[in-house]
Amino acid sequence: MRLLLSWILGLVFGLGLIVSGMVNPEKVRNFLDIAGAWDPSLLLVLGAAVVVTFIGYRLTTALLERPLLGDAFHFPTKREITPRLVVGALIFGIGWGVGGLCPAPAETSLLVGPAEIWAFLVAMLVGMWLVEHALPRLTRWEHHHELHH
Amino acid sequence: MPVIVHPTAFTPGSAILGGVLMGLAVTFTMLFLGRIAGISGITAGALPPWRKPDDIAWRYAFILGLATAPFLVLWAGGGLPERHFEGSFGWFALAGLLIGIGSRLGNGCTSGHGIAGLARLSPRSFVAVAMFLVGGMGTVFLVRHVWGG
Repeated sequence: MRLLLSWILGLVFGLGLIVSGMVNPEKVRNFLDIAGAWDPSLLLVLGAAVVVTFIGYRLTTALLERPLLGDAFHFPTKREITPRLVVGALIFGIGWGVGGLCPAPAETSLLVGPAEIWAFLVAMLVGMWLVEHALPRLTRWEHHHELHH
Repeated sequence: MPVIVHPTAFTPGSAILGGVLMGLAVTFTMLFLGRIAGISGITAGALPPWRKPDDIAWRYAFILGLATAPFLVLWAGGGLPERHFEGSFGWFALAGLLIGIGSRLGNGCTSGHGIAGLARLSPRSFVAVAMFLVGGMGTVFLVRHVWGG
């Protein structure tokens, strides 16, 4: 049940990306090109999604104690603006401008290609793995090293 | 470097429709599963090592939903929107690497910060989205108008 529902949720999200044309990297890069071939469509996609989610989240938490198929509402609790957040989001933005792709549209094109999508996705997983697993190991090692001095 | 620009038309109707679909998917991911529908977070959590075994399968189901959305459109008799991938494999791999690193350092992407975060009025997400735009617009400006001549 949970799995079927998760599949449908991904399907609806992917459908939104296709309907809005956001699976086209050039439509995204044109949105980012305010000095050139500017296409403001992405602004309306984001705006509509935010308005629906703003209302949807409020209704959900007002009407329900906990999710229908889960233990609790897992909302992020972090509040601080950290250098890590700013630098990470900036790196993300640069990558977004380079390819015109972010994780959701890339994964929506996973099975239909073209092959550039697979180059993007493999590199994305490597990048995620580096930060999630290699970076903590590295900083742990540095910490360990300091302790022994 | 991709200097060929494929202009795209401003499509307000389909942009809003697509955005509404994405907002519904994000809302119902919280209502049913209690989770933020942040695609980079869902993807990173699907990578090994799997520390919470019962928190893995739904992530693959969601990603499969994204990846099968194009087939739903084709099955329903629709066509996929035009998609242009300007740039070499290396160029898209660079984009993917930056997206992977940036999304994990910054704890979110265009869906987690852009849709869910802004809808929650999270200060961290407002900063993140601002940095996405700075990085993305700056990069496209450099590529298309400075280096691309």
